[in-house]
Amino acid sequence: MTASRTPDSHRGPTGLANAYTSATSSSFADFLNSIGHDREAPTHAAGQLSGQAGLQIPHGTTIVALTYADGVVMAGDRRATMGNVIAQRDIEKVFPADDFSLVGIAGAAGIAVELVRLFCVELEHYEKIEGTALTLDGKANRLSGLLRNNLGLAMQGLAVVPLFGGFDADEQRGRIFSYDVTGGRYEEREHHAVGSGSSFARGSLKKLYRSGMSAEQAVLAAIEALYDAADDDSATGGPDMSRRIYPVIGVVDQRGVSMWDDEATGALVEAVVNARMSAPDGPVAPLTPSPGE
Amino acid sequence: MSMPFYVSPEQVMRDKADYARTGIARGRSVVVMQYRDGIAFVAENPSRALHKISEIYDRIGFAAVGKYNEFESLRVAGVRLADLRGYSYDRRDVTVRSLANAYAQTLGTIFTETPKPYEVEIVVAEAGTTTETDQIYRLSFDGSVADEHGFVAMGGQSDVVQEILTQRWRSSMDLNETLALAVDALSAASATTANADEEPDVLLAPAGLETAVLDRTRTRRLFRRLSVAEVTELLAESDGA
Repeated sequence: MTASRTPDSHRGPTGLANAYTSATSSSFADFLNSIGHDREAPTHAAGQLSGQAGLQIPHGTTIVALTYADGVVMAGDRRATMGNVIAQRDIEKVFPADDFSLVGIAGAAGIAVELVRLFCVELEHYEKIEGTALTLDGKANRLSGLLRNNLGLAMQGLAVVPLFGGFDADEQRGRIFSYDVTGGRYEEREHHAVGSGSSFARGSLKKLYRSGMSAEQAVLAAIEALYDAADDDSATGGPDMSRRIYPVIGVVDQRGVSMWDDEATGALVEAVVNARMSAPDGPVAPLTPSPGE
Repeated sequence: MSMPFYVSPEQVMRDKADYARTGIARGRSVVVMQYRDGIAFVAENPSRALHKISEIYDRIGFAAVGKYNEFESLRVAGVRLADLRGYSYDRRDVTVRSLANAYAQTLGTIFTETPKPYEVEIVVAEAGTTTETDQIYRLSFDGSVADEHGFVAMGGQSDVVQEILTQRWRSSMDLNETLALAVDALSAASATTANADEEPDVLLAPAGLETAVLDRTRTRRLFRRLSVAEVTELLAESDGA
């Protein structure tokens, strides 16, 4: 992922070379390739790492996303782990990809953050060159392509797994996409989670999800799901009340993306944590089947 | 076969410059003006799809006149350069000065080394945190760069536009006053080119304008296009005032 060349080293003395002015592609990643800007870490270095890669570099953990009445809510815990060590307490793993989509990412943190950075530039670049934004499906496919470029590293243990959600202007609803390390793209109905604590979070979301929730209810469900993930997965961080470190929450609806600030998130987190003081396992789902709901 | 004649380099350059100037003067005008909260770009351009004004980066805008395919390839090159620098270094390391230098080199090389010069004139502008730190660079077909302050008019009857702006432009004007002035100036130029016999004081309709601002009250991406409805509303406000 290091740029061995500076941005100017492939520019001739005569200004902007042909690669800059050619009309072939609206993709920033393609442009980087065409000028020989190498993004990937040298594979031999990754090979040496891979034996104990899990122990030696920070990994980001759990991301959850769910649809609600007006769009999508995405939330991520704040922990990065390096083996049994907590590498970072306040890492951010959920980002606005552009004005109408969110991307969260789990896996090798360095590569994950870089992939998100490239993806964000990719979307903005397309928008500026073409004068119009990609469709939500177009963005989801583009992320697939970028992810597939990382397959070599993923095979050596440096995998990253993103979760993508956004507001589809054509269909007027929120949609969620999950991915595998080979770039496979799958649309998820209602809710999904990725990362080390994802199986616990998914179990929790399954019981908490209702169709047509408000944004606040959906955020609440996401916080509960992350709490449950942190409860059973040591690599997922629960809310850190003493340091005031709360999950990162992003919400996207037809007006665009908004990232919740600590004050808004803190209020809901406090309510969840207080409720868990009397009911440590969280809200109880009704046992009897209720076909009316 | 005819004998090749000797033509002096001075004559070659003069011919190329005349050729480029004629091409540029054939089109319609664009103005770029500072106002209190940023930089406004206004072009007489009836097309909704073929832009003369566009976003390069967070604080940098682009305006051009002349031959569309030529300035479009320069615009795309600028976006690529800016995105590459921002991706490799940091978003704050993308400056309009380095962009203007790259354009100057490119245009200069094309002018001296190819038989046909680009028939374009472009402005790249960066909104600073205050009016004093705004930067506007105007680049000509031969690669020359001018560091402008206040306002720039180019293309078409730019001398007519320039004269009106010189008389009436003041620093710290509001956006609506700035737009009204831009419309007055562009309308005057448009009247002299197209329909000299018609009434000269007919103003261009907002639907025939392409308008955008670098608005420093916004966060991160300052560039914003103004819709026809917004322009109409802003012009009405300035009428009322």
